[in-house]
Amino acid sequence: MSAGKRTARESRWLPWHAIAVFGFLYLPIVTLIVYSFNGQGVGGFPPRNLTLDWYRMLFADDAIWTSVLNSLLVALVAVGIALAFGIPAALALDRANFPGKAVFRRLVLLPLILPGIITGLSLLMLFRQTDVKLSLVTIVLGHGTALISVATTEVFAGLQKLDRAQEEASLDLGANYWHTFWRVTIPNLRLSIIGAALLIFTLSMDEIAVSFFLIGRDNTLPLEIWGRLRRGITPEINAISSIIFIFSLIAIVTWYRLRVGAEGQPQITGELLET
Amino acid sequence: MATSTESAITNAARPGTEPLLTIRNVAKSFGRNAVLRDISLQVAEGEFLTILGESGSGKTTLLRIIAGFESADSGEIWMGGERLDPLPPYRRRVNTVFQHYALFPHLTVEENVGYGLRVAKRPKEEIASRVEQALAMVKMTDYARSKPARISGGQQQRIALARALVNRPRLLLLDEPLSALDANLRRQMQVELKSLQREVGISFVFVTHDQEEAMVMSDRIALLRTGELEQVASPREIYSRPATAYTAQFIGHTNLLHAEVKDGVARCHSLSWRTGFRDGSALFSLRPENIRLASATAAHDVVRFRAKVRHQAFHGATELLQIECADGLALSIRTASRENRQGELELEFSAADAVPVRESPERN
Repeated sequence: MSAGKRTARESRWLPWHAIAVFGFLYLPIVTLIVYSFNGQGVGGFPPRNLTLDWYRMLFADDAIWTSVLNSLLVALVAVGIALAFGIPAALALDRANFPGKAVFRRLVLLPLILPGIITGLSLLMLFRQTDVKLSLVTIVLGHGTALISVATTEVFAGLQKLDRAQEEASLDLGANYWHTFWRVTIPNLRLSIIGAALLIFTLSMDEIAVSFFLIGRDNTLPLEIWGRLRRGITPEINAISSIIFIFSLIAIVTWYRLRVGAEGQPQITGELLET
Repeated sequence: MATSTESAITNAARPGTEPLLTIRNVAKSFGRNAVLRDISLQVAEGEFLTILGESGSGKTTLLRIIAGFESADSGEIWMGGERLDPLPPYRRRVNTVFQHYALFPHLTVEENVGYGLRVAKRPKEEIASRVEQALAMVKMTDYARSKPARISGGQQQRIALARALVNRPRLLLLDEPLSALDANLRRQMQVELKSLQREVGISFVFVTHDQEEAMVMSDRIALLRTGELEQVASPREIYSRPATAYTAQFIGHTNLLHAEVKDGVARCHSLSWRTGFRDGSALFSLRPENIRLASATAAHDVVRFRAKVRHQAFHGATELLQIECADGLALSIRTASRENRQGELELEFSAADAVPVRESPERN
């Protein structure tokens, strides 16, 4: 009896609990977007005099756009570097047996748990020692190396799910090891690789700690925003953040569509909602 | 070892035909675990050979060595005058149907079947027509543009078969391809597979643990037990003339009689029969269906005895009776079904049906 009552009470509170959690997660984003249209700056409630002025100002602001371009460039090259080193590392972890494999695995995954401050500081000391001038190149190197571990874990997970008999079937049908890798292994890892690329891209786009140590004269977007915040907040920042949010949303939806298209199963919905 | 050359001869393909595949003294261990010991076997051109064995007998390992996915520790494999074992899998004119088919999920049925031809860089028109033929052969033309995930297990099986056969291999290896199908579909596929093999005339080496499947489909059965060949013979011969106690028990059902032979007469409890076997203790296999109700007229060399029915198991057209002789000897017999067998029966068997078999000592 009492147990039945308790579950009844719990189920009454559950929706409110859920609403509170979602509110906690999404209210800041909603506020950010709403105030990007607010005519009276960042203050004042409720928002008044809705306007597109901040967006107009934003599009006229060259410094912001330069930093956006810098960030995009850094993120793209970082994705390239991380995948170029991360995929072979995942392959080695999955199929090769060599002395020191356990140590290698930990070393590859270490940057994932290492605080950005340490990665940034150690790279800064390295570049100082070797007289490398700080610039976007050093940031790219920083992001690329720090994010190899992300590529490795994602692709390794994909390899674990791969049916090895498929590769044997390919060899059996006359394709050599190289062809088999490109025609069977890589297509099967496609989703893992795209997933890794999107994740690395996102992480690089909003990375601050490592970038802060390695920055030269050119700002990335997060550093540009951070620099402006010190001089006071303007809704222009809200506007650029809203645009980035919309782009992220599009990227996530595209990725989701790709997965459903490839695996053709609706259960992905639940999985995506969980993550 | 002296027995190796001897077994190479007894495991030879049909006399007068050129062997397509020759396996010579192949051995393989994983760590300290010997999986195959000194296997010698031949497969004739156009033959359907089944490698039969329990799980852990080494049958799949032997298949993988022929395909090239594993390398033997010692021994040689030859195919049509060419040594096969040093070649990588993609240089062997051997194709495989995998246990779970291993179709490429990112390619359509059509692209799956055409994979080998595309890799071999055949001209486009040739690929298209051969893929079409192969799909027609397995009656899957309608599914050419489907992805493997969208078709049923039985259909995937046909595609796997078409994908292998379209390359016109000299030898097709099949690794328990029917084990994932339900019983009815399996029986249907057994018949189809056998007639397909006759049609294309390619040698099949088929691996299974199912002795019934082996009997239905094979020209010859190679029975493998803990990494050694127990017997290689046609289904009829392996059933009616099992060489060892293990073979007699694994293939079908049998009574094993521990007898003493003296002056051409074997004795087991109160039963005795004439045999050509040498003096000493001997083991005989007597199939349950070879023991029958005694007929009115006593034929030559027929052993008669009386026994009580202990248990009756109905199997449809036939039934299996557990009987016990007065001296405690327990036997099983198979007869046409009839209601209520009770009390004592008068039974007989022909001395020729008691087949002497070798003991199968434990191995590990």
